[in-house]
Amino acid sequence: MTIATVRNLRRISQVVFFGVFFWLILKTNFEAAFEGVNISDISLPYPVSIALQFDPLVALGTLLANGTLHKGLLWSLVILIPTIFLGRFFCGWICPLGSLNHWISEVKSERRKYRGKGKIQSNRYKSYQKIKFYLFFFLITAALAGTLQTGLLDPLPLLARSLGTVVLPTMHSAALGLVGWAKSLGLPYVGGGAQRAYDLIAPFLLNFRLVHFHGILTIGLLFVAILVLNRVFTRFWCRGICPLGAMLGLFSRFAIFGLEKDESSCDHCNLCLLHCQGADNPDIGTRWRQAECHLCLNCQADCPQGSLKFKFFPQQEVTVKNPASTPEINVTRRKTVASLAAGLALYPLLRSGDAFKANSNPRLIRPPGSIAEEAFLARCIRCGQCMRVCPNNALHPTLLESGLEGIWTPILIPAIGYCEPTCTLCGEVCPTGAILELTTTQKVGDEQNPPNRIGTAFMDRGRCLPWAMAKPCIVCEEWCPTSPKAIYLKDETVLDRNGVEVRVKRPYIDPELCTGCGACEFACPVTDKPAVYVTAIGESRAPDRQLLLERNLKQLT
Amino acid sequence: MKRREFIKKTSSAVALAIATGGTALFFDRRESSRYVQPGRKTRSFEVAPKPSIPQITLSRDEDSIAALHKALDAVGGTERFVQPGERVTIKPNIGWDRTAAQAANTSPVLVGEMVRLCIAAGAAQVVVTDMSCNEPRRCFLRSGIGEAAEKAGARVIIPSEDDFVTMHLGGKLLTEWPVLSPFVNTDRLINMPIVKQHSLCSCTIAMKNLYGILGGPRHQLHQQIDQSIVDLAAFCRPTLTVVDATRVLIRGGPQGGSLGDVNIEHTVICSTDQVAADSRACEFLGLSPSQVEHIVLAQKAGLGSMDYQAVGYREIA
Repeated sequence: MTIATVRNLRRISQVVFFGVFFWLILKTNFEAAFEGVNISDISLPYPVSIALQFDPLVALGTLLANGTLHKGLLWSLVILIPTIFLGRFFCGWICPLGSLNHWISEVKSERRKYRGKGKIQSNRYKSYQKIKFYLFFFLITAALAGTLQTGLLDPLPLLARSLGTVVLPTMHSAALGLVGWAKSLGLPYVGGGAQRAYDLIAPFLLNFRLVHFHGILTIGLLFVAILVLNRVFTRFWCRGICPLGAMLGLFSRFAIFGLEKDESSCDHCNLCLLHCQGADNPDIGTRWRQAECHLCLNCQADCPQGSLKFKFFPQQEVTVKNPASTPEINVTRRKTVASLAAGLALYPLLRSGDAFKANSNPRLIRPPGSIAEEAFLARCIRCGQCMRVCPNNALHPTLLESGLEGIWTPILIPAIGYCEPTCTLCGEVCPTGAILELTTTQKVGDEQNPPNRIGTAFMDRGRCLPWAMAKPCIVCEEWCPTSPKAIYLKDETVLDRNGVEVRVKRPYIDPELCTGCGACEFACPVTDKPAVYVTAIGESRAPDRQLLLERNLKQLT
Repeated sequence: MKRREFIKKTSSAVALAIATGGTALFFDRRESSRYVQPGRKTRSFEVAPKPSIPQITLSRDEDSIAALHKALDAVGGTERFVQPGERVTIKPNIGWDRTAAQAANTSPVLVGEMVRLCIAAGAAQVVVTDMSCNEPRRCFLRSGIGEAAEKAGARVIIPSEDDFVTMHLGGKLLTEWPVLSPFVNTDRLINMPIVKQHSLCSCTIAMKNLYGILGGPRHQLHQQIDQSIVDLAAFCRPTLTVVDATRVLIRGGPQGGSLGDVNIEHTVICSTDQVAADSRACEFLGLSPSQVEHIVLAQKAGLGSMDYQAVGYREIA
């Protein structure tokens, strides 16, 4: 096999893995096939979060933060063990965000600065590439202390989150806009044709209906910034920031596979630098850096003299003009210690703020089956899979509802979508166990066991039609899904403004029965600020956030 | 300034001025906004009454399909309601994310059989649809109606925003409202409600089931629920009403959840008078028709008869 063939295999591998990743995100979706579905426990036909379980940084981060490796995360060894022997093949061959950066980097600006000699210069090792290691050290000690922040920058959760909550909904919105515009033109065939094209594409690419996510501006900005920076610095993200790349670089310390440089045949044309992805100094006369190389093989394939060869146990003659390659990473001890210490300090810093407990947001309603907040923040990687799969568009990325610490973790916004009582898909797709996988029975409860509660509903009597305006309504009672209903009615006689007696049924809430699903809030006809609303108190996962004495007593015994 | 330059500049300026003015004139609208009169459905889906045939029939049988057949045959059979080549829309209650046993939605067995009967009678197309309350895909799936109707040969439509047309309903309360288009663009309409308790209007059976043809801010209708039900029943007059009283939700309506709230009645009612159908069916909930405000109002509006015995009532064992 010639090197050109191997390079083509790498290109195919990038396309295939990107395709698989994208397909898995698309399939993180509730699709209504009527036949062959077990309606008492609806589940997805594919393990849609499997890609995230192959991510070694997810595994390491959650392991440090929790002390255990969640089910399925053992798969990450499939990436990590070969990396120990080969180097960062994941970055060059598999990583879907890496591939995206690779492709976009190819579309370079036409300015001279970024072409020819300028491009060669830009692909030499730069000192900013150290940042990713310091970031990695910072994130892992923060995880060790108890706050898992790797997901913010870990490429697989980052891409899953960006595609699921920003890119796909934006595409949907654009498609709807285009169809609407085509129809408004009033030209023959155009409107109908656009609708037909939409109907053709929608089943594969778009959701059942347009979803709206909270807080996507920040997610979108980060994602767009990562992509746009490629126009200025080739793979800036992969070279300088990516903590997973840093982790894999560290693990390739003892790699037995690497670049062999033959000084004698080299004529210093520098073509090896022209398409170098990792900026790892493949040219002769500099130290090749194992920890930076993505194994894209461009340097070897581009070398007209055959001076460069990737092989097992590479030999390298060290001469004055050609220093040996190095497996070491270019970081200083002081800064490493400082990064580790800063990571450790992050946890007490964040917890000394008020958002975690002292002044926790009453609207911080977590998905059903979520574990207690402290443990939740040590597990959630903000991949957004729960938000994407929720059939009701109920789950959203937070902004600051759970403090800076919990940015982009899931929150349930009942006014946009409520929690369907028998749906358990969010727990099914959670790759780290931040949301437990519940059975339908565990979620709705039975004679022996209480249901899973995510909060408690309250009435705003100043806005409720029967309470404040002597008008009949009771939609909240109609929608209340518990049996018996947590919302009950009392016939009451009230006077309208003319002093005429009006009989209305006024809703009351029984906190013993309420599960906080938010169906009442969703259905309330006072749509802008519902007259019945859910807050997190009473949620099953928080013994310290209970409303009822009996539940507190139960917790104690 | 040279002559050439003068001509070039002024002609360009004139051309730009004409283009600007022309664009403005092209898009100019004299009226501030144009009002488009929504369509109105004047044709009723009803069939002509036959004095020899009862208007309401009831059958009890543990086999719900047999009960449907008996009640349907006694009211004239499918052939009376569906002519070959006609489009039929069936409106079950698929409002809630509940299973068949929980009695919040119409029985999938009855819906499937009704689809089969319509196709056997020569219907060109049978559509089964409803505007669910809960997440519609889950409602269609877990009620079992999606699968049963599809297997029987119906086109199952889970409504999307494009499926609505604004209609002039001509009611006291309901004037203009978005209506699901399969309930407008059809030849025959079969309403298939289930009998359930409802806290605001006592019961939700046939006329209340028609809420499911509406889009828009439906939740506000509760403020005048009885009048809105009657307005809707006046606008939408089904060919046939088939009441599923095989299971009756006596408490916790309209979505129930507990099997303890369900009475097993093994009964199917067929009627060409939706007021009579509601009047008979509400008795399963221990109500008399005169206690139900919207039934009383509907009779006053001339939509049908509360006294179902008087319009020809037959029970078939």
